[in-house]
Amino acid sequence: MTKELSLEERFQQYVDAENKVEPKDWMPEKYRKTLIRQISQHAHSEVVGMLPEANWITRAPSLRRKVALLAKVQDEAGHGLYLYSAAETLGADRQALVKDLLDGKAKYSSIFNYPTPTWADIGAIGWLVDGAAIANQVMLCRTSYGPYARAMVRICKEESFHQRQGYEILLTLVRGTEAQKKMAQDSLNRWWWPSLMMFGPTDDHSPNSAQSMKWKIKRKSNDELREEFIDKTVPQAEFLGLTIPDPKLKWNEERGHYDHSEIDWEEFYDVISGKGKCNKQRMDARNKAHAEGKWVREAANVYARKQAEHSKQSAA
Amino acid sequence: MSEENKDNWMIWEVFIRSRNGLSHKHVGSIHAPDAQMAIKNARDVYTRRSEGISIWVVESEAITASSPDEKEPLFTPADDKVYRHPTFYDIPDEVGHI
Repeated sequence: MTKELSLEERFQQYVDAENKVEPKDWMPEKYRKTLIRQISQHAHSEVVGMLPEANWITRAPSLRRKVALLAKVQDEAGHGLYLYSAAETLGADRQALVKDLLDGKAKYSSIFNYPTPTWADIGAIGWLVDGAAIANQVMLCRTSYGPYARAMVRICKEESFHQRQGYEILLTLVRGTEAQKKMAQDSLNRWWWPSLMMFGPTDDHSPNSAQSMKWKIKRKSNDELREEFIDKTVPQAEFLGLTIPDPKLKWNEERGHYDHSEIDWEEFYDVISGKGKCNKQRMDARNKAHAEGKWVREAANVYARKQAEHSKQSAA
Repeated sequence: MSEENKDNWMIWEVFIRSRNGLSHKHVGSIHAPDAQMAIKNARDVYTRRSEGISIWVVESEAITASSPDEKEPLFTPADDKVYRHPTFYDIPDEVGHI
């Protein structure tokens, strides 16, 4: 006798066979909710992520650096839009998602609550923050939800320049004066640990991970991704002649990976809960930008309405 | 609800022709109050790296899609009709390319 499979079991089989789930396919409600939460948080991170870097657009040291930074920040706005669109295919309402961010109800990557006091920070963000984001996003190119996976493919294609421009900035600084090299080292000191925290809590403290892995939303665990990132990044730091701020960092021949010190998770949870240096500043900036764009949105609506009326009249 | 929320911008599906000779391909969606602005927004969001030479936008609501539940009745009948493919027919090699 063959057992009648429940919808959820059939869904799991479908996903296990590496099939992509598309917008109108049946999916468990929790799968939908998990995805809306994850994709919208991802979108918010892209949008808020523009702020620390935008800080330096007007003060970029050369025109070459300035056009690159402008293009990068513009990409991030675009990435936010791809992701909001992907969330909408699941039935989420764009304005409701944006409102949650502006009201401080939605989360975004805690890394963007750190300040960017020096030009070297723009280099460190591109190299480390975008580097960590890319590691996560390359994995998400194979996520089980079709629209999310496709948005990720597009984003990954565009992001590789982000990381290269960041590394190039640091490379230029370390080949410069003693003061410039010091500036580069200082920014690595400040961005290293927060970058490692970007992958989220350790696997044993990440309660939703198991289900996300089972549904193939996530394809690698937080710790796996973090380890990959460290292994890839340490030689890049060595090439720059910079020191990673971790006295316990050491290649482990047996494991084939680097060992490192414990991450300060207290700091991570503090920043998430609003106690980071820039949480308030970021939210204020988002709200200000949204309020100041109101007249543009209204004008666009009025214009669209008038155009529609004109075409109706000329047709009559 | 504010005045602005009553005028929620419509969603448009965006199709881009990457170069001459190829057909337009779906790339994603965009929000805009009308078709002209949808094209402008799509240009900014989807063609920042010379991805296209032509854009189509279609209001998402105007698209009627087949239901995933109908997948079987709609598409499986074609699966066993191997005689619709050229490889079904035996032609001796000596005949050459047909």
